[in-house]
Amino acid sequence: MAAPTAAPTAAPAPASASSTDLGAGAWVPVCRLDRIAPGAGVAARLGDVAVAIYRVVVDGVDRVYALDDRDPFTGVRVLSRGIVGDRDGVLKVSSPLHKQSFALATGACLDDPARGVAVFDARVVDGVVELWRASRARAA
Amino acid sequence: MVGHALVERLLAPGAGWEVTWLGEEPHAAYDRIHLGRVLDGASPAELALAPGGYPGAVVRLAEAVVAIDRRARAVTTARGATLSYDWLVLATGSRAFVPPVPGAEGPGRFVYRTIEDARAIDAAARALPPGARAVVVGGGLLGLEAGGALAALGVGVDVVELAPRLLPVQIDDGGGAVLRRMIEARGLAVHTEARLEAIDDTPGGAAPLAVRLAGRDALPASLVVIAAGIRPRDELGRACGLPLGARGGIAIDDACRAGDPAIFAIGECAAWRDQVFGLVGPGNAMAQVVAARLAGDLDASFAGGDAPTRLKLVGVEVASFGDAHERTAGCAAVVVVDTERASYRKVVLDPSTRRVLGGVLVGDASDLPRLAGLVGVDGAAPAHAVALLAPEGAGPAGAPPRAAQVCTCNNVSRGALCDAIAAGACDVAALKQGTRAGTSCGGCLPEVTEVLRAELAARGIAASRALCEHFAYTRQELAHLIRVRRIRGFDALIRDHGRGLGCEVCKPTVASLLASTWADHVLDEPRVHLQDSNDRFLANLQRDGSYSVVPRVPGGEITPAQLIVIGQVAQRYDLYTKITGGQRIDLFGATVDQLPAIWAELIAAGFESGHAYGKAVRTVKTCVGSTWCRYGVQDSVGLGIRLEHRYKGLRAPHKLKLAVSGCTRECAEAQSKDVGVIATERGYNLYVGGNGGAQPRHADLFATDLDEPTLVRLVDRFLMFYIRTADRLQRTARWIEQLDGGLAYLRAVVIDDSLGLGAELEAEMGALVGAYRCEWRAVLDDPVKLERFRTYVNTEEKDDELRYVRERGQRRPAHAHEHPDGRADGRADGRADGRASPRLRVVD
Repeated sequence: MAAPTAAPTAAPAPASASSTDLGAGAWVPVCRLDRIAPGAGVAARLGDVAVAIYRVVVDGVDRVYALDDRDPFTGVRVLSRGIVGDRDGVLKVSSPLHKQSFALATGACLDDPARGVAVFDARVVDGVVELWRASRARAA
Repeated sequence: MVGHALVERLLAPGAGWEVTWLGEEPHAAYDRIHLGRVLDGASPAELALAPGGYPGAVVRLAEAVVAIDRRARAVTTARGATLSYDWLVLATGSRAFVPPVPGAEGPGRFVYRTIEDARAIDAAARALPPGARAVVVGGGLLGLEAGGALAALGVGVDVVELAPRLLPVQIDDGGGAVLRRMIEARGLAVHTEARLEAIDDTPGGAAPLAVRLAGRDALPASLVVIAAGIRPRDELGRACGLPLGARGGIAIDDACRAGDPAIFAIGECAAWRDQVFGLVGPGNAMAQVVAARLAGDLDASFAGGDAPTRLKLVGVEVASFGDAHERTAGCAAVVVVDTERASYRKVVLDPSTRRVLGGVLVGDASDLPRLAGLVGVDGAAPAHAVALLAPEGAGPAGAPPRAAQVCTCNNVSRGALCDAIAAGACDVAALKQGTRAGTSCGGCLPEVTEVLRAELAARGIAASRALCEHFAYTRQELAHLIRVRRIRGFDALIRDHGRGLGCEVCKPTVASLLASTWADHVLDEPRVHLQDSNDRFLANLQRDGSYSVVPRVPGGEITPAQLIVIGQVAQRYDLYTKITGGQRIDLFGATVDQLPAIWAELIAAGFESGHAYGKAVRTVKTCVGSTWCRYGVQDSVGLGIRLEHRYKGLRAPHKLKLAVSGCTRECAEAQSKDVGVIATERGYNLYVGGNGGAQPRHADLFATDLDEPTLVRLVDRFLMFYIRTADRLQRTARWIEQLDGGLAYLRAVVIDDSLGLGAELEAEMGALVGAYRCEWRAVLDDPVKLERFRTYVNTEEKDDELRYVRERGQRRPAHAHEHPDGRADGRADGRADGRASPRLRVVD
């Protein structure tokens, strides 16, 4: 289950379907950065997929991260509503349902190596958050 | 006190006794050790050993037994009642001994034994002019306690002791000398080897009384307290022919039997091998023996009273254990006197076996558990026994042995505490409950805490009280920082006092502290990211990711029109409705984007946020009280509504629940709430520290017969003190148990204002009450906040995966096996995996 494949671990069907449907390789503008409160997350739709986008301010610089919104432990799309922080310096979000933590950069579950979520590339261009249409493999 | 120890055991679940408790005094058992607190303004209720009374026992106060008929197995009381018994336990205690000298009784002379005695002394002392002096006859435990209390009232005190030293029974000459210096340094004059000859009335003299001493100048006095020893109350036993000890007291055997198979005697009225014990420790040990015997344990035996004694008198710690007076033949003693730090430490040992036999500690008694635990262990004393008295770190270290007694009142050893910890007790409250340690005088709680920390650490359980990896502070310390440094934001706090970015533990904790300190809205932009999902959307997250909504229904009183509005809203949004335990209505199944519209309708009908989503004041549950009930003595609904409006929305370390019952029938279950009020004919009784949930706990009676302004003032102080000082997720019950000094300390802070915080706590609560605004109304009035209530930031689409089934006429989320599309999200096995993961932390 935890094999480092190109497909997201917990929700392979919707994610691959969306990336196929929309065609690969394009930045999609999603929202203005100021729609996300510093240190918090929002959910966005990318085709059928719900994506959690987080705005983290480190040393005064805004960074954005994006994960599949689905909590792999419950199958419910809630990760965008979790609390963002760090564990031993690793940026992460904690699921609001049962509090497992997921690394923002890799999607890896910090409490259970057998679990994880897909990661999306995200960037800010002229104050607008953009997502790369397809998720990429999460690092092992 | 000893009777209390016995009755508590007899009332334990399953014991099955029909207990009648007859007492001469008008008060139920109280803490005589701390009688001096009456002079400090404490009420009798505050000294009560069981503030909640003795449910299951018949307690008849101010009804002394006047005769025992052993043949008929019956007692007769002063009120003429005759009660038969199967077993009779005498715990009549002792009376103050008044030396037979001229003028020992009369105006201005007091003994020091009961609450009435202490009150009379208190009244007399408070009426004295400035500069007046008091003489205390007796330099023992009670005399020093009384002298210290009088000195605290600003009265000049002379202590007169017949023996060559203070505390002649407990300590030796060397310890007595150090103790004397320390007592004198606190302003009391000490006269030893001073024999009382007479107490003269000297009208027209410098003071109304003169205390004449053999061979010395008389001491002028405005009042005299006689604390010259005790005599056992053995007259009932004497009258019915029970054998007595050589120096008085009802003679008992090792089983505490009083020469009659159906009669036991315990405490200061009893003489074991002709000895009468004037300390609570041996008395409680006797109570334990009797309880065990009555329960069928025929081996339970009293083994004497050389249990270690530890006292705090006039602010000086004094302890003795074992053979403190070097009475064992051939013994040796090692003494360390440190006049710089005002301490005296002595260990008595047997040079041949290298056993520790006893000792005395004055000034600092913290080594008592370690040293007392060495008694009777072969070879415990090293060749240079002075090493036993070396300061910490300089001598042979190592944990004290298991036999070391930690709680002398209830005879609990370190080993018993360790066993309880091994069996799963992981906090002080559980240890107290499981072992009874620290439940009498509470003086050993620091040691109990220390044993707990050491044992947990030895088991690899971090006993660190740091909040999380981002803050090396406790919640209380953070509260203090925020207040003192006037910090209004998380970013400044973590930058200056923490590290990293924070996490799901510290962020909501700090959010709660900021809310209860500065009363800013939780969804102002700098604080949005601190809130957990419930606070962020001001609703309760459910298992499918949807939310439930709970409007406030103060006191549980709701009009038909409001009920109709709730029904209409529920129908419009197809919300599942359920009545909550807090007398309100929960509406389930709303999505994030529906919440503002739902609240717009509710607010238009006059509802406010119920704060069901927050660690905050939830509800004030009420019974209908005098509004309708034929038994109600007060308007419990009215008071409940006023209290709920006062405290609504108040954020706290854990959720807070309140209740008001209109009479003693207690239909609102106030005793299961953090703050409970029960109406009486004369006002309100206040209970604190109750809760339901996984570890239900009855609340403790805190104060009685209050009027409403006083009640509100005490609740203000109680809640604010809790909010300031409790740990994260610590409910009031646990918080009280973990305060050093427990409920008595809390009463001192809240009722007696011993820390001088009362006005500040009230002012803070007043500011929070004044700053209250319905959080939902504030959201509806603010387009920026409103904008965050969207399912998706980039589309109006809904979450199209939510699946519901109808059950009993309402909607509920489908379980995994009910999903028509058989979604392959592994919901069921995912749960199992999640549970198995070792670092999974389930909060709430």
